[in-house]
Amino acid sequence: MGKQPAAVVGIGQTHHRAKREDLSMAGLCREAIDRALLDANMTLDDIDAIVVGKAPDLFEGVMMPELFLAESLGAAGKPLLRVHTAGSVGGSTAIVAASLVQSGVHKRVLTVAYEKQSESNAMWALSVPLPFNMPVHAGAGGYFAPHVRSYIRRSGAPTHVGAIVAAKDRNNALKNPYAHLHNEGTTVESVLASTMLWDPIRYDETCPSSDGACALVIVDEDTAAASPNPAWIHGQAMRSEATSAAERDQVNPQASRDAAAYLWKQAGITNPFEEIDAAEIYVPFSWFEPMWLESLGFAAEGDGWKLSESGETAMTGRLPVNCSGGVLSSNPIGASGMLRFGEAALQVRGAAGEHQIDGARKALGHAYGGGSQFFSMWVVGADKPTS
Amino acid sequence: MSRTLSAPVTVAFDYTRSTGPVLGRFLTGLRDGVLVAGRTSAGEVVVPPLEYDPVTHQQTTDFVEVAPVGTVTSWTWVPEPVAAQPFDRPFAFALVTLDGATKPMFHAVDVASPSEISTGMRVQVRWADERVGHINDIACFEPVAELDEVESGAGGPGRARPQPRDEAATEQSRPEPVTGVITPVSLDYVYAASPEESTFYRGLDEGRILGQRCPTCDKVYVPPRSACPSDGTPTEGEIELSGLGTITTFCIVNVPFLGQKITPPYVSAYVLLDGADIALLHLILGVPADEVRMGMRVKAVWKPREEWAYSLENIDHFAPTGDPDADYDTYKRHL
Repeated sequence: MGKQPAAVVGIGQTHHRAKREDLSMAGLCREAIDRALLDANMTLDDIDAIVVGKAPDLFEGVMMPELFLAESLGAAGKPLLRVHTAGSVGGSTAIVAASLVQSGVHKRVLTVAYEKQSESNAMWALSVPLPFNMPVHAGAGGYFAPHVRSYIRRSGAPTHVGAIVAAKDRNNALKNPYAHLHNEGTTVESVLASTMLWDPIRYDETCPSSDGACALVIVDEDTAAASPNPAWIHGQAMRSEATSAAERDQVNPQASRDAAAYLWKQAGITNPFEEIDAAEIYVPFSWFEPMWLESLGFAAEGDGWKLSESGETAMTGRLPVNCSGGVLSSNPIGASGMLRFGEAALQVRGAAGEHQIDGARKALGHAYGGGSQFFSMWVVGADKPTS
Repeated sequence: MSRTLSAPVTVAFDYTRSTGPVLGRFLTGLRDGVLVAGRTSAGEVVVPPLEYDPVTHQQTTDFVEVAPVGTVTSWTWVPEPVAAQPFDRPFAFALVTLDGATKPMFHAVDVASPSEISTGMRVQVRWADERVGHINDIACFEPVAELDEVESGAGGPGRARPQPRDEAATEQSRPEPVTGVITPVSLDYVYAASPEESTFYRGLDEGRILGQRCPTCDKVYVPPRSACPSDGTPTEGEIELSGLGTITTFCIVNVPFLGQKITPPYVSAYVLLDGADIALLHLILGVPADEVRMGMRVKAVWKPREEWAYSLENIDHFAPTGDPDADYDTYKRHL
């Protein structure tokens, strides 16, 4: 028996904010879960299993939060799994949930990912000095900034491309009522004028720190028949690699290229740029848009920035990227990957509201995590896959 | 001499929890000296209340006050308390079913020896001197004196009645409900370097930079590795590097953050030492930050010998040598 078809029939997310002090972690998850179940026209009683994901425990200082969350997630009497792959976790959690349906183990799986950044300080959590070592680490921005510089050097990209991406995503976010940042009037000039934090990354080119959650209901073919607009999963891939191998390509990691190649093959896609109608790509720092466009095969190596610069990744372009505003506009780390997967599904369901791309039939959801170490991605489509 | 080096490391942070409305109600009750339980759809009275009902999955909205007196249903003895436990002397942890509740809650009981606690024993809340809306507002439970039980009944024995917070304030300006708690977490680890890394750090203590070669892929790693990230083979041999190298890529850190050891702005750079196949992350000084370049040739600047330890910090920073920049082809595969 081969892989069974699976589809997303319910999508829920919180209103992402810097501080959701009105909600506990359980309440945050439930805001997303209850919206996803409502969307799916189901209740927790209809769910067979629950898969939860979140970023590293140190981010909130709760070891194994799935233990205390079990009853709030509706997991009493059901299987509850936790997935853990750093920043890509939202994506890999959705893939694990989908796999439970595709394997025929369960028919209706609820998956949720969350982060309550206001309870902690991710910059601190990523920069704890270790004995014997040089304390030059400076959070995620400090980690990725040198690799952004490498990309600029390798590709010869003009230095304002990052600002173009940031201005685009911040303006897209104005169309998304759930987005954390609603910064009216963001322009390329205003981004370029913002403070240089981790040179070459400016303040307005970085993601915010958000509280938020995302939940998906993923079901089998029979259950999906009741949905007016299921988002069918056409392919999904995860790959990992070592963070510190000699001569590792941190701009265009092997694991990323391998995952993308496998993904397109499963989805029967030979020309992603032509065949994908909308992409939600994990871009926590603006320069990662052109970097991932190349790594994912939307552009040749060294040419990704040309798509960003020429407006092809805007909502009016041929490959709209991050119509939701993306990670640059909402970043509950543990949920950010699932938001990409969920936003891709919203597009092919025609349910993305003001940031809908008309007629979107195939969309990419993408996440990465660790030191560009973990990759997870899926393609969802409006049509049931033929194979 | 031990084969490996180790050193203590403490990871500590004061997490700020949002309680949400249900646990907030419970904690507000503690602050005000009452115990708030939640009633489940199955009729159980649970303290602290469950945020969501395990059967209906709805948020708990049915709250009842229960007595600060109850019965021990199970217990365990803590002969050697550790940091942050309720007492620094031996005590009991117990499950106590409060009068009016149907499920027990977990807390400490202050008794001097295990012979002074038993299942079925009656205990009462001993309130903390200052209550802030935290589980520690209950300092502990303590045995109910028989006299108390006879005189005042289960509902309100003398010692379990809390002192009012502040009579005047209570009347005129009821404090806001509790919506958050601060949870300090502090973990003490012993950080152990691998044997290969230990060799590297010992070398630094002698002013030497020691790498090793992976016998499988032939790459020179600095620091050496117990397992080459590419093929899993331990690195071998001893390759002493000169301290001269090339900046491959870098970032200028302008942002201050909690726990930061170096005052910004500073240049954090990958330095590819001559003869190594992987770059080290280190600090660049001796040149204005905006003049640091990819390809710039740099050298290790060591701290005064008397400050040396088993640490990469023995190299204070890297500084430009003044030589012409390295050719792009010599380091491009490291970008």
